[in-house]
Amino acid sequence: MSFVSFDRVSLAYDDSGNAIEDISLTIEEGEFVAFVGPSGCGKSTFMKLCTGLHAPTGGTVRVDGEAVSGPLKIAGMAFQNANLLPWRTTLDNVLLPLEIVKPYRSQFRKRRAEFVGWARELLRTVGLAGYEDQYPWQLSGGMQQRASICRALIHRPRLLMLDEPFAALDAFTREELWCVLRDLWEAQRFTVVLVTHDLREAAFLADTVYVMSRRPGRLIERRQIELARPRELASTYEPAFTALVQELRTQIGEIRSA
Amino acid sequence: MTRNEKLRERLAPWIAVAALVVVWEVTVRALDVPEFIFPSASATAQALVAFAGPIGVHSWQTFWTTLAGFGLGVVVGLALGFLIGSSRFLYHACYPLLVGFNAIPKVAFVPILVVWFGIGSIPAILTAFLICFFPIVVNVATGLATLEPELEDVLRVLGARRMDVLLKVGLPRSLPYFFASLKVAITLAFVGTVVSETVASNQGIGYLMMSAGSQMRMALVFAGLIVISAMAMVMYELFAALEKRMTGWAHRGQR
Repeated sequence: MSFVSFDRVSLAYDDSGNAIEDISLTIEEGEFVAFVGPSGCGKSTFMKLCTGLHAPTGGTVRVDGEAVSGPLKIAGMAFQNANLLPWRTTLDNVLLPLEIVKPYRSQFRKRRAEFVGWARELLRTVGLAGYEDQYPWQLSGGMQQRASICRALIHRPRLLMLDEPFAALDAFTREELWCVLRDLWEAQRFTVVLVTHDLREAAFLADTVYVMSRRPGRLIERRQIELARPRELASTYEPAFTALVQELRTQIGEIRSA
Repeated sequence: MTRNEKLRERLAPWIAVAALVVVWEVTVRALDVPEFIFPSASATAQALVAFAGPIGVHSWQTFWTTLAGFGLGVVVGLALGFLIGSSRFLYHACYPLLVGFNAIPKVAFVPILVVWFGIGSIPAILTAFLICFFPIVVNVATGLATLEPELEDVLRVLGARRMDVLLKVGLPRSLPYFFASLKVAITLAFVGTVVSETVASNQGIGYLMMSAGSQMRMALVFAGLIVISAMAMVMYELFAALEKRMTGWAHRGQR
């Protein structure tokens, strides 16, 4: 049984037609999946369907064997904007999910010291040791995004949803964060759905890349990335990788001109 | 900013006040305006000293009724703002009503309040309340209603209930709006009290000015004006300081 399965799913926000149409796919537990496509193709809509923030107007979405009927409660999410709370320190921002998600919320006071340990450990692994007591606005954009990813992972979700999380960063910081995400995933093997329009990012990180068409968004290609793991950043400059990205690029180009 | 510039910034408001007093004094003297039309700054100061006793009694009356009305305004404003801001439906339903209510000159309420409660402190308190709760409601409601949708999504996929989102994010986020509105509300509360006192009271600065005016004792009237604005300025500064202390994170750019 697959962890996530979409069966002929469509969604129309209003009468203007489907935002995404006839999507069928399965995602295995621990799989790293990336969605690429031209802007406005419904990638973010896919995320909302997958997490239950929106109900499909056709078809069914199943996660962990059950049809999704409301917000999931087991997912972590991060967006293009870090969306940290400016009145909380970095540490308290990362702890926020534990104050909300079950079963931790009822244990928060009693196990606080332990939870703080988790948060410090996680912040250390993304390179934010020593910044725990800083406020988000004292951090750079890349550091905020690291903290945002920690917040998405602190409650050890089985499903991590990332909506263009690195899009607003400069190229060097972005590549650094690819490696941060790669290492976190290699260590914990949660399921990741990454929405991006950066083809190198998708090819470097994912097991499977889905290419979506223009609105109404449909899956027009499913591509297994066969590169060996663990992948090194240097490999993104090798011919095999470049050729792969080139191919994906051509496909997107065809959609755009179609 | 150098220390010198900081000092200048500190002194600037005092210099402005002093300059205003000088211009006032010089103009009145140069044009030889009679005191029963426009008293000079020095005549007003004399009245302030000569009538310090009664002015003190009436100021205290104005001060505590204002604070009572303001306190009521904060409680009601916060509750109503929270209610309206937390529901899109209520926000759309109530906003036009609130705007309509706010457009009514509050002096028009005083006769009604007098019929209901008689003259004295209660109409003053209620007028202060009626005039000052609106900015608080609007600010708190706006703070809550403008929550970033992504942030709400982040919390909802954790299983957050509506109340979690409001308490963990909405309320702290609207605090800067709330404290900003307190500064405005406290000065409006003084307006409400004094308006009510001039129409329907036998105590308070408003009453003092009204009765002094009817006896053509303009120096005393002006003394009353000065006391009101001094009280309002002090309270404004108090709440400005409180705002800075409580929500420093929202003013980080101005350090």
